[in-house]
Amino acid sequence: MKIPLSWLKDYIDLNLPLLEIARLLTNAGMEVEEITLIGLPNPYEQDATLRREYKVSGLSWDADKIVVAQIDEVQPHPNADRLVLCRLHDGQQEHLVLTGAPNLFPYKGQGPLPKPLKVAYAKEGARIYDGHQPGQVLTTLKRAKIRGVESYSMVCSEKELGISEEHEGILFLEEDAPTGTPLVDYLGDAVFEINILPNMIRNACVLGVARELAALTGQPLRKPQPRPQYSGESLAGAVSLEISDPTLNPRFLLGLVRGVSIGPSPAWVQRRLRLAGMRPINNVVDATNYVMLALGEPLHAFDYDVLVRRAGGKAPVIRTRAATPGEKLTTLDGQEHTLESYTILVCDEAGPLSLAGVMGGLESEVTPETRTVLLEAASWNYVNVRRTTTALHISSEAGYRFGRGVHPALAHPALEWGLENIVAWSGGEIAQGILDQYPNPPHDPLVRISETDVQRLLGLHLPAAQIAALLERLEFTCQVHGDCVEAQTPPHRLDIGEGLTGIADLIEEIARMIGYDQIPFRRLSDTLPEMRPLPHLALEETVRQVLARQGMQELISYRLTSTEREARLIGEQPEQAYIRLKNPLTPERSVMRRSLLSSVLEALEKNARLRNRIACFEIGPVFWPVEGQQLPDEPQQLALALFGQRLPSTWNHNNNEAFDFYDLKGVLEGVFEALHIAVRFVPAQRTGFHPGQCAELYAEETCLGVMGALHPETQARFDLPNTPPVLAAELSLAALLAHTTTRRETRPVPIYPPVLEDLAIVVEEELPGERVEAVIRQAGGALLSDVRLFDVFRSQALGSGKKSLAYRLTYQSMDSTLTDAEAAKIRQRIIRRLEQELGAKLRS
Amino acid sequence: MSEEAAIRAEMEQTQQQALTALQTVQNEAELLAWRNAHLGRTAPVMLFFSRLPQFPKELRPQIGQAANQVKLTLEAAYEARRQELQASSLQQRLSSERVDVTLPGRRLPLGHLHPSTQILAEICAIFGEMGFQVYRSPEVESDENNFELLNIPAHHPARDMWDTFHTTRPGVVLRTHTSPGQIRAMRQMAPNPLRVILPGMTYRYEQTNASHESQFNQVELLAIGQNITFGDLQGTLTDFARRMFGAEVHVRLRPSYFPFTEPSAEIDIECFLCGGKGCTVCKGGGWLEIGGCGMVHPVVLRNGGYDPARFTGFAAGLGPERIAMLKYRISDIRYFFGGDLRFLEQF
Repeated sequence: MKIPLSWLKDYIDLNLPLLEIARLLTNAGMEVEEITLIGLPNPYEQDATLRREYKVSGLSWDADKIVVAQIDEVQPHPNADRLVLCRLHDGQQEHLVLTGAPNLFPYKGQGPLPKPLKVAYAKEGARIYDGHQPGQVLTTLKRAKIRGVESYSMVCSEKELGISEEHEGILFLEEDAPTGTPLVDYLGDAVFEINILPNMIRNACVLGVARELAALTGQPLRKPQPRPQYSGESLAGAVSLEISDPTLNPRFLLGLVRGVSIGPSPAWVQRRLRLAGMRPINNVVDATNYVMLALGEPLHAFDYDVLVRRAGGKAPVIRTRAATPGEKLTTLDGQEHTLESYTILVCDEAGPLSLAGVMGGLESEVTPETRTVLLEAASWNYVNVRRTTTALHISSEAGYRFGRGVHPALAHPALEWGLENIVAWSGGEIAQGILDQYPNPPHDPLVRISETDVQRLLGLHLPAAQIAALLERLEFTCQVHGDCVEAQTPPHRLDIGEGLTGIADLIEEIARMIGYDQIPFRRLSDTLPEMRPLPHLALEETVRQVLARQGMQELISYRLTSTEREARLIGEQPEQAYIRLKNPLTPERSVMRRSLLSSVLEALEKNARLRNRIACFEIGPVFWPVEGQQLPDEPQQLALALFGQRLPSTWNHNNNEAFDFYDLKGVLEGVFEALHIAVRFVPAQRTGFHPGQCAELYAEETCLGVMGALHPETQARFDLPNTPPVLAAELSLAALLAHTTTRRETRPVPIYPPVLEDLAIVVEEELPGERVEAVIRQAGGALLSDVRLFDVFRSQALGSGKKSLAYRLTYQSMDSTLTDAEAAKIRQRIIRRLEQELGAKLRS
Repeated sequence: MSEEAAIRAEMEQTQQQALTALQTVQNEAELLAWRNAHLGRTAPVMLFFSRLPQFPKELRPQIGQAANQVKLTLEAAYEARRQELQASSLQQRLSSERVDVTLPGRRLPLGHLHPSTQILAEICAIFGEMGFQVYRSPEVESDENNFELLNIPAHHPARDMWDTFHTTRPGVVLRTHTSPGQIRAMRQMAPNPLRVILPGMTYRYEQTNASHESQFNQVELLAIGQNITFGDLQGTLTDFARRMFGAEVHVRLRPSYFPFTEPSAEIDIECFLCGGKGCTVCKGGGWLEIGGCGMVHPVVLRNGGYDPARFTGFAAGLGPERIAMLKYRISDIRYFFGGDLRFLEQF
C-alpha cells in the first residue's frame, strides 16, 4: 500500500522527519518497505551518520534549480514544427525555453497568455530523470544548442520529476502556484510503501494509517466530513433494492447523480492517485477510487441509463444474491467468467451486473457517454469474496479489501464522500435521498480486560487507567471498573474477537502502542518440563558422525520426485501407492519419495559427470501410504552410495583402484561398530542389484536393509557408465534403533603378551568365509581372542574350485603368559575341526 | 740410541701412522676396518704389549705405560672420529630428506555434514541448554493440524500467507510450516508444562528462484506454562541470537501477524556483517529478519488441550537455511537441496 505524505497530512498534522514516521509505522506493525521521495531531500544524504534502516529511493529536487515558473507566451520555433519556445518567468528573470511538449501546442502563437501556465522549471545543472529513457535514469541538465537555439533549462514532465511514469506532456501546476517558489516547497512529497498485514486491512487506506499515527503521536485525527448537497430530483422510484441473503451482503447503499459529464479528474486528484499507485481513469471512476484509497471502502459506479435500458425503460431493481452455478458474467476487464454458488452477484432483473466486492461488469461500467451515475457502497462476506478472487484469479483493489473484511459502517460515509466528489469533479446533481439497507450489522465486541491479563501475557504491570488510555487512542470506548477495563470496539475494525481472543487482540494493541521494545526482557523461569529420552535422535547423530568421519558427504535431497524417476532403481513402475500432489509445480516433482536410495542415486548421477570419486549418504524420511490410515508412515531411512576412485590421486601417488563391494561393507561395519550392533550379511537377490554382489543385513532376525553393487542395467538407467560399479545401501533407522542397547560390557586390557600365529587353509570356493571364521572361533574357545583374515588366494596349484584363506590368530590369556605348547594345542583343535566340518586342508 | 728410545720412537710412529690413517676414514665400514687394523688384537699397538717381556724388568712399567698411552690416544681418536662421522652422516641424511613444504598435502577424504544439518544442530543445542527438547512430527499432515487447529480456518485471509501443496487425499497437505507439531506436542503433554523445539522440512507451493524454495527447513520453538510472558519470549530469543550470532548482537521484535500467535512479531537481528551500518546483505536496512514469533493464541492453546485462562505460552519459528545463507553468504537457496557436491563440500 502506497501512502503519500501529503495525503496523510489532510488528516493529521505531522511535523516529524520522514525516518521517524517510518520508524513509528514499522514498530507498530506497518512495516515501511520503501520511502520514495518526490522531491523532498534524502535524509541519509543530509546526515551521513544516520543508521540506514529504510530503503529510500526517488528524486530530491534542488531548491535552487527546480522552481515554480510561469509560461507567459508559447512561441513557434523558427526552425522546427514539433518544438515550441516558451517565454517563461522563474520569479527572477525571463527565459526562452525550448520544448516539444504536445500539451503546449494548443497555446502556440496566441501571443501573451491571459492566464499564465504554471509549470515546473528546471535550470542548468538540475538533476532530473531522463524523460526519453525507459525507467528512471538520472541526468544533469547541460547547456546545448538544439536546431540553432541555445537551451540550458527545461519545463518538466511528471516522469522527469519522478512523480509518475507520465511523459506525454509537461506537468501543469495549479493556477495559484507561486512563481519562483522552489518546487520542493510547493509539491515536494514522499510515498511510504507499507506492507499491510492480513489482520490490518483497516489500514489499507490513508485514513487508517493516519489514525495509527495519531494514536502513536497523540496528534488529533481530522476525519473527512463529507457534506454532499442532495439537491436533485428524488431517488425514490428511480431504483429499488433487494438483499436476498444478509449473511452474504450485510449492507447495501445506493445514491444517484444526474447530469455528470465524463472527463479527466482535476490534476491534483490524478497526481494523488498516481502517487498511491492507481491509474487515473475518469472523473467518476477516480472519485470512487479516491474514496477507497482514503477510507478503505471500495465503491462501484454504474451507468444508470444502461440499467434503465436493461429494465426496459422502467426503474431498475438491484438485487444481490449468490450466483447460480454455471452463470456467466463478463467483467470490465473484458474477461468472461463462469461462476459458482459462492460468488455473490449484484444483479438487476435482466441478470448479473457485477461480481460483488470484486469487479464491475463490462456492460454497466461508466463510459465517456455516461450521464447518470448510480453509486454503490456495500459490505460483503469476506469468505465468499476470497473464494471468488482465488478461483477466478482476479486481483482487484476491491477484492483485496473486501476479501479481508471491510466494516459495513464505512459504507455510509464512503457513499456520501463519493457522491460529493463526483459532483465536484464531474458536475451534475445528487438525487435527494439514498437507499440504505442494513439487515445484518456486525456485533462490535465489548472486551473486558484486566491488569492481570496484561501482566500474565506481557509480564508488565499497567494500571487500568493507562490500559484504557492506550486503547482510547485507537478509538476504543473504554470504561474502567477497578482493575478492569471494558473496551468497546470502534465501528471500523473487524479484527477484534470476543472473550479470551478479544483479550489477546487488545493485548497486541496495547503492546503495539507502548512499543515491543518497552516490554522488559526476562529469562524463562517457569517450571521445566520432564525431560524425555530421545534415542532416535542420538542414533541419527551417531550414524551421521561415523559416516562423515569415514569420508562420506551428507546430502539432503528434494523429497518430491516422480514415479518414473523412482522406477529407475528397479527398472519398472513401482506397484506401491504414493503420496501424490494435487497441484505439483512440475510433473518431475509430483509424488513424495518412497525410496531414499533413489534420491541419493540421483545426486550421484548429477555429480558423476563432474568428478571421479563420490561417497555420499542421506538420512531422511520416506513416505509410505498405509491402507486405512489418513497420513502415511514416514520411516527415517539411511541410504549411501560409493562410486569411482577409492582414494583421491595425489601428485606423488596415483590411486586408481575403484570402490568395490568390500568398501561399502567396511563403511557399514564401521557404523555397526559405533552402534555396537552385531550384523550378519546374508547373500540376497534384490531387483536393481548385482545378483552376485548383494546382501541383506540382519541383526538377530530383523532385516535392517540391503547393500551391494548396482546391477549394470540399473547403472545404465541412471545414465552412469558400466564401470566402475556403484555400491549402494538403504537401511531402516528404526530397525537399527531396535537393536542398539545403552548397556554393554567393556573387556579389560590384557597384561600378558599374546601369541600370534598365521593359519592358511584351502577350502571349496563356494564355502562362505563367515563359516570358516565361525568354526575357528568356536574351536579356539576363550583363549582365541582375535581372528583376522589377511589373504584370499587362488591358483592353478590349488586347483580350480578351491581357494586359500589365510588368518592371523591371536591367542591370549588374561591369567598367564601362554606357552607355545598351550597355543599349539588350540591350533591343533582348530585344524581338526576345520578338516572335519568343512573339509579344509592345511596349506603347507 | 738406547733400546728405550728406539721403542718410544716406534710407538710414536705407530701412533702417527694410525692417526693419519684415521683422517682418511670416511664412513662406518672404513672406520670398522681402521679399528681392526689399529686397535685390533694384532694391531701394532697391541704387539707392543706382547713385546714387553723382551725389555729389562726395570723398563717394562714405563714402556707398558707408554704403549697404553698410545692405545688410549687411538681409542679417543677413534671415538672422536666416530662421532664426527655419525654427525656428518646424520647431517647428510637430513639434507637429503628435505621436502618442499609448499607442495600439497596428501589427504584422507573428509566427509561433511550438510549445512542445514549443522545449523539445525547448533540451534537445537542452544535451545537444548534452555530446556527445549526436540519434538518431531510428520511432514505429510492433515489440513486440520496444519491450519484449522492453528486458528487458520478455510478461506481465512491468513491462508494467503502459505501457498500449499495439496495431496490427492482429501484434507491431507504437505505441511507448510512446522507449527502442526505444536498441536501434536501440546496434545501429548497437556496439562504439563511444555518446552519443545520442532525442527524439520516444510513445503510451499512456490516457484523457485535464488531466494525461494518449495522445500526448506524450519525450527519452531514452543514453551507453555503458567508463568510465561512476552518478556520471556524476548529474553529467550535475545539469548539465542547472542549465542548464534555474537554476544553484541541486538534483537528487535517488530509487530506482525500470525493467526496462531497474538501478540505476534517478526524477529530482526542487527546485521552482523555490517553491525547495522547498512550493507548489501541487509539491503541497507541494518536489520536481518530471521523468523517470526508471538504469544500462543488462546484458541491454539485450547485446541492443544491447555486452558488459556491458566496457561500462556510463546512460539517462535526460525529458518535454518536463511540463517546459513546469512552466516555463510550463500547466494542461492537452491544450492541446499540440489545435491551438488561442489557446494556441500564447503561445509
